[in-house]
Amino acid sequence: MGKKKKEVDDRFKKFGTVTFTSITKINDFIDQLEQGKVMGTRCKECGLVFFPPRADCYQCLKSDMEWFEVTGKGKLVSYSKLEFAPVGFGDDLPYAIALLDYGDYKVFGRIADSVPEDEIEVGMQMETVANTLPNGQLNYVFQKA
Amino acid sequence: MGKVGIIGVGQSAFVRGYPGSIRELAFEGFKEGMQDAHITAKDIDASVICSAPEYDKQRSPAGVFAEYFGLTPQPTFYVESLCSSSSMGVRLAYSLIKAGLHDVVAVVGFQKMSEISSAESQERMGRGADIQWESPFGTMMPAYYAMYARAHMAKYGTTSDDLALIRVKAATYGQINEKAVYRKAVTFEMFSDPESPMSNPVASPLRVGDCCANADGSSCIIVASEEKAKALCKKPVWILGLGAASTAVNMAGRELFTGLTVGEQAGEQAYKMAGVTTKDIDVAEVHDCFTIAEMMAYENLGFAKPGEGKDLIKSKETYKEGSIPVNVDGGLLSKGHPIGATGGSQIRTIVLQLRGEAGEMQVKDPEIGLVHNIGGVGLYGNVTILGR
Repeated sequence: MGKKKKEVDDRFKKFGTVTFTSITKINDFIDQLEQGKVMGTRCKECGLVFFPPRADCYQCLKSDMEWFEVTGKGKLVSYSKLEFAPVGFGDDLPYAIALLDYGDYKVFGRIADSVPEDEIEVGMQMETVANTLPNGQLNYVFQKA
Repeated sequence: MGKVGIIGVGQSAFVRGYPGSIRELAFEGFKEGMQDAHITAKDIDASVICSAPEYDKQRSPAGVFAEYFGLTPQPTFYVESLCSSSSMGVRLAYSLIKAGLHDVVAVVGFQKMSEISSAESQERMGRGADIQWESPFGTMMPAYYAMYARAHMAKYGTTSDDLALIRVKAATYGQINEKAVYRKAVTFEMFSDPESPMSNPVASPLRVGDCCANADGSSCIIVASEEKAKALCKKPVWILGLGAASTAVNMAGRELFTGLTVGEQAGEQAYKMAGVTTKDIDVAEVHDCFTIAEMMAYENLGFAKPGEGKDLIKSKETYKEGSIPVNVDGGLLSKGHPIGATGGSQIRTIVLQLRGEAGEMQVKDPEIGLVHNIGGVGLYGNVTILGR
C-alpha cells in the first residue's frame, strides 16, 4: 500500500561538529573520511584539481570527477585559536582553525588539539588526517608532519 | 549621459538594543536623508533597501519599508552583499539612473543586530562564509580576520601593538561622533592591562579591542541624475568612480592572505573610472570591522606599500591632521557596524566632509573622498570615490 518512501542520501550531515548541509553530490567524501581518507576531486575532462571536492567543473562545465587522496605535507599559511565560539561549538573550545597549502590546492580545517600552541608556526609543515569528534561526527585535522 | 550625484544623506544613531521595529529603525535614517535633501516621497522614483539577511523575521523588507516610507507605488529593490550591502545599493542606484530608468533613488541600509544574541550573531556571520566546508569547523568572522592578521604579522613583522594603534585612533573620533555606539576613549595601555576588556583574547592574535561593536542602525543616501541634482540641491556631491569585486568564499580558494584582493581590485576600478590616483584622495572611510582590516585597506588602496601600513598609523598620518585622514568618524570599530547600514554611513561621512559639514570631525577643505566597504571576509569589495 502507498508509495515506497524514497531513500534520502544525507550522509554529509556527519561532517563537522555542527553541519549545515546534508545532501550533496559528493557524499562519498563522508564514506572515505570514515575509512580515514581525506579526498578531493579532479576533473576527468580537463584535469583541474579541487579541494574541497566539487561535483562540477567550472572550467569545462563537465560533471565527471575522479577522487584523489590528500596526502603528504602542506605548509601552514595561517591559523587562529578561538576563545569564543559560535552557537553549537562551545564544547570544542579552545580550538584553532587553519589553512594548509599543498601547492596545487589548499585545505581549510582545524589544527589537532594535541599540537601545543607554542609549537605552531606559520610556514611549518603539517599533514591532514581524518578525525572523529567526541560527538561521533567526522572532520579532519592538521598534525605536525 | 550626465553625472550622478548625492543630494541627501542620513543616518540613525548607532545603538545597542534599538527600542523599535526594523521599519521604525530604517525610518530614522530615511527621514534624515529626506530632510537633508529637502525633498518629499513624491520626488523619489525608486528605492533600494539593503541589509544582510537572517537577522530579521521579516522576509523581503523592501516592500514593507517602501510602504512605511510612503514610496509606493514606485519600484523597490532589495540588495544584499553582507557588510557592503548599502555600497552595492548605491552602485545599483547609479546604474538605474545612468540607464535612464529613474532620476532620484533612495538607498536605505539597515540592520537590527540586537534581535539575536551575540553568539547567535557570530554563528550567522560565520555562515556568510562557506557553510558546506568551513562553518562545520566552528568559524566566525574575528577568527577569519585573525588568520589574515597572523599572515600579515608573519610576512611583514606587523605586531599586535601596531593594530592597537588603529583602535586608539578610532576611539579618538568615536568620542566626538554623536551617532557612535562606542563613545569612550581607548588607550594603548588598555591592550596590555588584564583588567581591561580590550585585552581579552577573542581569536588569536585579535583581542576584544581589535573588533568592532555590533549595533543597530540605519543609513540613507539619496542619489540623483545630474539634472535633478542641480535642480534640487545647492551642494551635490558627485559619484566620480565605482569599483566592485568578488573572490572565492572558501579560504582554500584564495591566493592572498596579507590583503584583500577585492579591496585592491575595487580600488583600481574606482581610481580608473574617476581618473584620480591615491595621492588625490583627501579623506577616506575604510572598512575597519577589525583593526587588521584597516591596516590591509591602507595597503590595498595604495595609501601605503604592502607591509608598510604599520608605519602609516605609527606616524599618525591617518589622523585628521595627517596626509590621508582615515575613519575620522570613529570607523566601524567605534561608530559600530550595523551590517546593512554601514556602507551608507561611510558614504554619508564622506559627503559631509566634502560639503564641509563634518563639525568637529571636519578635515581641512577636502575635494575628493573615498569609501572602501567590504562584505564578508573579503568576499565582496566596493570602493566609491566622491567629489565636490
